[in-house]
Amino acid sequence: ARERERGVPLFPRAFFWLVSLLLASLIWFISVQLSDRENAKLQYGLLVFGAAVSVLLQEAFRFAYFKLLKKADEGLAMISEDGRSPISLRQMAYVSGLSFGIISGAFSFVNVLADSVGPGTVGIHGDSPYYFITSAFLTMALVLLHTFWGVIFFDACERRRYWCLGLVVASHLLASGL
Amino acid sequence: GSCQGNSVERKIYIPLNKTAPCVRLLNATHQIGCQSSISGDTGVIHVVEKEDDLKWVLVDGPHPPYMILLDGNLFNRSVMLQLKGTSRVSGLAVAIAKPSPPQGFSPGLKCPNDGFGVYSKDYGPQFAHCNKTVWNPVGSGLSYEDFDFPIFLLEDANETQVIKQCYQDHNVPHDGSGPEYPLCAMQLFSHMHAVTSTVTCMRRSSLQSTFSINPEVVCDPLLDYNVWSTLQPINSSGKVDPEKEVIIVATRIDSHSFFWNIAPGAESAVSSFVTHLAAAEALHKVSDVHLLQRNIMFTFFQGETFDYIGSSRMVYDMEKDKFPLRLDNIHSFVELNQVALRNDSILWMHTDPVSRMNESVEVQVRNLLDILSNSSMGANVTLQEAGYSQPLPPSSFQRFLRARHIPGVVLTDHRTAFQNRYYQSMYDTTENIRMQYPEGLSPEETLEYVTDTAKSLAEVATVVARALYQLAGGANNTSVIQADPKTVSRMLYGFLIKMNNSWFQSIIKPDIKGILGDVPQHYVAVSSPVNTTYLVQYVLANLTGTVVNLTKEECLNPEKIPSSEKEMYEYAWVQGSLDPNSTSRVPYCVRSTVHLSKALSPAFELRQWGSTEYSTWTESRWKEIRARIFLVASKELEIITLVVGVAILIFSLLATYFINAKADVLFSIPRDPGAVAY
Repeated sequence: ARERERGVPLFPRAFFWLVSLLLASLIWFISVQLSDRENAKLQYGLLVFGAAVSVLLQEAFRFAYFKLLKKADEGLAMISEDGRSPISLRQMAYVSGLSFGIISGAFSFVNVLADSVGPGTVGIHGDSPYYFITSAFLTMALVLLHTFWGVIFFDACERRRYWCLGLVVASHLLASGL
Repeated sequence: GSCQGNSVERKIYIPLNKTAPCVRLLNATHQIGCQSSISGDTGVIHVVEKEDDLKWVLVDGPHPPYMILLDGNLFNRSVMLQLKGTSRVSGLAVAIAKPSPPQGFSPGLKCPNDGFGVYSKDYGPQFAHCNKTVWNPVGSGLSYEDFDFPIFLLEDANETQVIKQCYQDHNVPHDGSGPEYPLCAMQLFSHMHAVTSTVTCMRRSSLQSTFSINPEVVCDPLLDYNVWSTLQPINSSGKVDPEKEVIIVATRIDSHSFFWNIAPGAESAVSSFVTHLAAAEALHKVSDVHLLQRNIMFTFFQGETFDYIGSSRMVYDMEKDKFPLRLDNIHSFVELNQVALRNDSILWMHTDPVSRMNESVEVQVRNLLDILSNSSMGANVTLQEAGYSQPLPPSSFQRFLRARHIPGVVLTDHRTAFQNRYYQSMYDTTENIRMQYPEGLSPEETLEYVTDTAKSLAEVATVVARALYQLAGGANNTSVIQADPKTVSRMLYGFLIKMNNSWFQSIIKPDIKGILGDVPQHYVAVSSPVNTTYLVQYVLANLTGTVVNLTKEECLNPEKIPSSEKEMYEYAWVQGSLDPNSTSRVPYCVRSTVHLSKALSPAFELRQWGSTEYSTWTESRWKEIRARIFLVASKELEIITLVVGVAILIFSLLATYFINAKADVLFSIPRDPGAVAY
């Protein structure tokens, strides 16, 4: 029973993250098409805006997923024999954060990984030769961050500590902006 | 817009765009050229600017294999054979030498087209295999060697500088010890599909074509079209009366170099066919052309560089009655070989000593030589005989002699060895034929400017035209026959500097104007017709044809007009010149006697792929050809990265398992004290 509870929500969670990313990129794409292509500063600004929108959308989808799980939890609690839901919300939080992190990490790292397969390494234009190792560690940090954010977020929503929510969103924005 | 390269890829690789590869060519018994591995060859870059730098590559360098950036002046046989023999070289990039190497450079053979001409052990054995005269003493034969690593030509000096800068920054050895990682490296892709010889690759291709739904052909025969035209129109689908005599004038229109599709051929091909075109124009202006006793056929052979593809095919067609003329119709043969580098204005007349031992042939050859000498009176050209003991230089005439002892002469600017020290190389350009323009001219002005080279070639054309007129039985005074130096100059500009000029644009068909793009190259290639053939055809049509008053419909379908005489003439709808004030052109219809005839070696028609009688040259097929530079990391760094990655993976799996096992403890909901049941 334990495996079933944890394994199933992993993939829908990842899908939710992908959908949020799709929406964010759609918004960015439309805004780029509508704007002035020549203005480099504007394009850069739009890119930053796109990144911020993406973060906000991810958090929004995380919230939506929380709501979905809450509903599922209540529903299961109603129909179960001892009035308690068989799934633990803490576990859900951890799993959701982990899946979120995995898909986010895979998405950002797969490109770099594909290019590392060739014979060359980064550096001919003056960049650091430790680019690949650094990217790998950064991706690992991102996965861990998402896991922790998931746990904190769900807990905050559960106990209605909204300042925690704000902390998660703000730190996510900060991490993306670095 | 096009898909942009991934930004990480752009951080890693710098693609080299202006390069030319060396590709694999095959003949009946051998393969020549270069080959890379299927996923490209990579090596650490080393710049070799003097012979001593080679020692690092061959012996001392600690990071083999090396990818060498070779200075053009060191691209000679001795260096190349040293590189060929070692496994420490994974590829070569040659930087074109500016100015051209002063001692000459020719990757062709010392004895071009040996074995496919007329001299063999059965005919003039003392002349076979260049026993008497070595025609191309500068020839190193590099083009005919087989290399198992890729060789590219760097055409752009800026790209060469980028590579040298990368080398300076990362690869320069310090104090004799090796340089440190990361090192600058280059990767060249030029994998060729064909191997061994034409016999093997054609057999494989034909098996594929016969049995496979999706055939993978591995090589293609070199083929194109010969361009021919007659002074008096003949029925191109019928047969010419055996009594009617024809004089053939011939030149080749192709060249070659070590690298694929780099064949400027200024002296070896362009000078001769431009002179020929000017002579054809001069002859067509003569008023009593239709009264001449003999006809004149202007023939431009394609593929002569590769064992006489075009001329051997024409002789074969004549023998098998597939051509309107037969060998019996040929009265005499005049060929123009390299004519731009005349010393003291002397033009040499070469004849075949073996056939001249026959009395009747000797009489006719004597007559031919006398007429030529007479025609040079008053012109700034001195014609001299090369001598009875000299054989013919490599020329299309030799293929005709193999079939029939026709009286003929080959006109060149050299008596024994070639004057051309860059025969069949990438340096056979306008500098080689001393074609210079003053500074600061616009493209239009350059097109119209008459160079000294053009004037000298026009004189040769005048002499040839006058001689031909007399040979054909013309009785009038020949002093009116003059070749136009302006036409010669425009042709030289178009065929050597810029194909996309206003004159060429005005004389071609509207739907092929896309061919006028690149720097002119005259390689025969495998997809036909090539730009050169098209342009020679249309220039000849423009210079020798007449403008007729037909509409576009009528011009494209001349069989509908009763008086069009479709078999005698070719009709072409050309786009015309640009009106000075508007952007539209005024097209018109040109009627000429210019025809194309297929120039594919008879060996492929007869499916005798191992033939020693006909040319069997084929070009391999390939998928991708490109080059790029980047940095490579040391093996140690790569292994460390891999080990750390695997370790972290194992650690994370363990952590997940741990969390999994202790999930109850970690994620238990804190119980309400009140819910505890007693």
